[in-house]
Amino acid sequence: MIIDLPFIWAGLIAFAVLAYVLLDGFDLGIGILFPFLRNREDRHLAMNTIAPVWDGNETWLVLGGGGLFAVFPLAYAIVMPALYPLIIAMLLGLIFRGVAFEFVHRTKRMQGFWEFGFWGGSLVAAISQGMALGALVQGITVEGRAYGGGNWDWLTPFSALTALALVVGYAVLGATWLILKTEGASLERAQKLAAPLSMALLALIGAVSLATPFLETRYMARWFGWPSGIWSAIVPLLLAYAAWQLWQGLRNQDHLRPFLATVAIFVLSYVGLGVSFYPYLVPHSLTIYAAAAPDGSLQFLLLGAVVLLPMILAYTAYSYWIFRGKVRPDDGYH
Amino acid sequence: MLKDISAIDLARLQFAFTVSAHIIFPAFTIGLASFLTVLNGLWLWTRDEAYLKLFDYWKTIFAVVFGMGVVSGIVMSYQFGTNWSVFSDKAGPVIGPLLGYEVLSAFFLEAGFLGIMLFGREKAGEKLHMAATAIVMVGTLMSAFWILSANSWMQTPQGYSIGENGQFLAEDWWAIIFNPSFPYRLVHMVLAAYLTTAFVVGAVGAWHLLRSPDSRGAAIMFSMAMWMALIVTPIQIVAGDAHGLNTLEYQPAKIAAMEGHYESFPKGHAPLILFGLPDDAAGVTRYKLEIPLLGSLILTHSLDKPLRGLDDFPKDERPKSALIFWTFRIMVAIGFAMLGIGLWSAWARWRGRLYHARWLHRAAVLMGPAGFLAVLCGWITTEVGRQPYTVYGLLKTSDSVAPLQADAVGASLLAFIGVYFLVFGFGTFYVLRLMGKRPKDQIEIGDIGPARAAGITPVQALAPRNTTRNMETDHDH
Repeated sequence: MIIDLPFIWAGLIAFAVLAYVLLDGFDLGIGILFPFLRNREDRHLAMNTIAPVWDGNETWLVLGGGGLFAVFPLAYAIVMPALYPLIIAMLLGLIFRGVAFEFVHRTKRMQGFWEFGFWGGSLVAAISQGMALGALVQGITVEGRAYGGGNWDWLTPFSALTALALVVGYAVLGATWLILKTEGASLERAQKLAAPLSMALLALIGAVSLATPFLETRYMARWFGWPSGIWSAIVPLLLAYAAWQLWQGLRNQDHLRPFLATVAIFVLSYVGLGVSFYPYLVPHSLTIYAAAAPDGSLQFLLLGAVVLLPMILAYTAYSYWIFRGKVRPDDGYH
Repeated sequence: MLKDISAIDLARLQFAFTVSAHIIFPAFTIGLASFLTVLNGLWLWTRDEAYLKLFDYWKTIFAVVFGMGVVSGIVMSYQFGTNWSVFSDKAGPVIGPLLGYEVLSAFFLEAGFLGIMLFGREKAGEKLHMAATAIVMVGTLMSAFWILSANSWMQTPQGYSIGENGQFLAEDWWAIIFNPSFPYRLVHMVLAAYLTTAFVVGAVGAWHLLRSPDSRGAAIMFSMAMWMALIVTPIQIVAGDAHGLNTLEYQPAKIAAMEGHYESFPKGHAPLILFGLPDDAAGVTRYKLEIPLLGSLILTHSLDKPLRGLDDFPKDERPKSALIFWTFRIMVAIGFAMLGIGLWSAWARWRGRLYHARWLHRAAVLMGPAGFLAVLCGWITTEVGRQPYTVYGLLKTSDSVAPLQADAVGASLLAFIGVYFLVFGFGTFYVLRLMGKRPKDQIEIGDIGPARAAGITPVQALAPRNTTRNMETDHDH
């Protein structure tokens, strides 16, 4: 077999996770920003901008988890117990977030409770994901074919930092999404929120980037060695360009540019993480080749993925196209 | 040692709890998606507004239930790793791709078109909206296909080899997907989902017919549901019997435990134990009430074929009879009660009294939740009955569990129980409240003459605004 199946699948899983982070990122961001929106009408309007698409967005998380189970079962079997409390917290958070879309419209008396759940659920899910990211970057103890660390290994200052960075990042995605999808006073509020949050995000990306090489000499070698060090010139440069675009977009009160620039910032940060990780799936204990399922399994699922993923992307794009444009308070079926 | 045992028990309890809570929602949405597709098709075909109103009525209920199904389903996709990581490592190469196909071919399909189905009739147009509704239905069925294939492979594994590292390796995907118990389980479960939905729809229709006998929307749904009960229940009983024969062939210990047969019947002539108290420790069924020969007739379709009892299996490979003896009987009893309702409705229909048979309506209301109970009992029977294995005969449950401390599993179990009862408790309440609202017919209450016939007093009919508000007391927005 000439095709490097584990490498292709690592790319596909990475793509699924990135798609999740971007798409559910603005959903969760809206949840995180909930208390900072003007009033209940604005909050429901913000929810309506994502009501038709959130379920599809969240499905990328199922592909990330289910895909990991399918093609890197060993990594799945090690990472899930290692991040146990975080995964459980994320799932519970996503429950409150997900049901809120319908529940807030099904009751008057408990409306505030489910709105609180939408905010709290989004926040808890974002924190859990950010901490999981930090825990992965700092490395996971493996013994034989299982997790070998303790219950609380994931809880460190570094994972707290990555959690904060991801929460702020999602909030910027959410704010710029609202700039794209709303108008009038709602739009102005989103613009006001986006500016300081963007500054905070850039500072946090800087802090995480500076802290990472000092966690592990291998990260240091990756970023400042040759030839991989070339990335440490390119990625920050592109990041600076994206940040400038975001700033310009906010200053000129563009509607689309801030969102696209934030997406670019996420993609570049993600590429940076990929540079640090490769070829490990669980740094620095498990490579993609050691974790991969046998070729027969990779091939079988790839056959379907090659056909189905382009279709998924096509109809997802189509659904976004149907619901394109600004969302008005009288839209939606509620 | 004690700690290890309780961590496994807690992990099993947690999985049983989260998967039982989850199965309730797909059992309903699989049927409801098909029902909505039919309703929308009828609306486009006949242009009778009653169907459009019914579509909108059930669409809102579908949205709430589907949302709960999605969030409880995501939990499942991660629980394999968090609680059963050794199973995930070993069976991942076989089970994983099946679940991968479920995500790619079903979950995305449902999620991608759900938005158009719920919100897009105007924006996308009638044709595309119809297509989206049908696609969501296909998605729910595809999802059932893959998840039941994965579950069935764990019950009747084939097409694999075992690698040096202890992993199951796929040798023949066709054999894996279409493993021996899969066709039976798929048919049995999809029919169960249809029946569950039919009895919910029937109960809602009956409830509103009891209160306003002239409600056309209620009459339509009651009639459709009763046709389903009449036609699908007998098919389901035949399918269940075939599933049982298949189980006897591949998992005879499960059948023995379901029937409370601790002793073998080498020459057949096994009785059917109607009721009794299976005692797993002593290995006898006490106080049994049995019918001679009927057990052999039902289980082997003959009188003298040998039938194995639990005594034919080593003690540590016997599933617990005490539980599944009862869950199986409850499921079967509900099945026959459904058949009874179907026949009763046929008789009422033939006499032209389908919409006025108040005792039938009351019985139908009572049977509303019966499908869920039957589904849960069925799943407990098949899942407890295949213990002590996760992959039948090959991988024991005790060798599948994640290396977790009992306190971590216990804490998360408590969190799941608390959150599920809170969230799904309220969700169920909201669904019941939506069902309690009268389905609107094409004639709005405000402009009707025959208000009296609809059970509204003349005084109220003179003040239609008032009436409307009364009907909509619970309408929140």
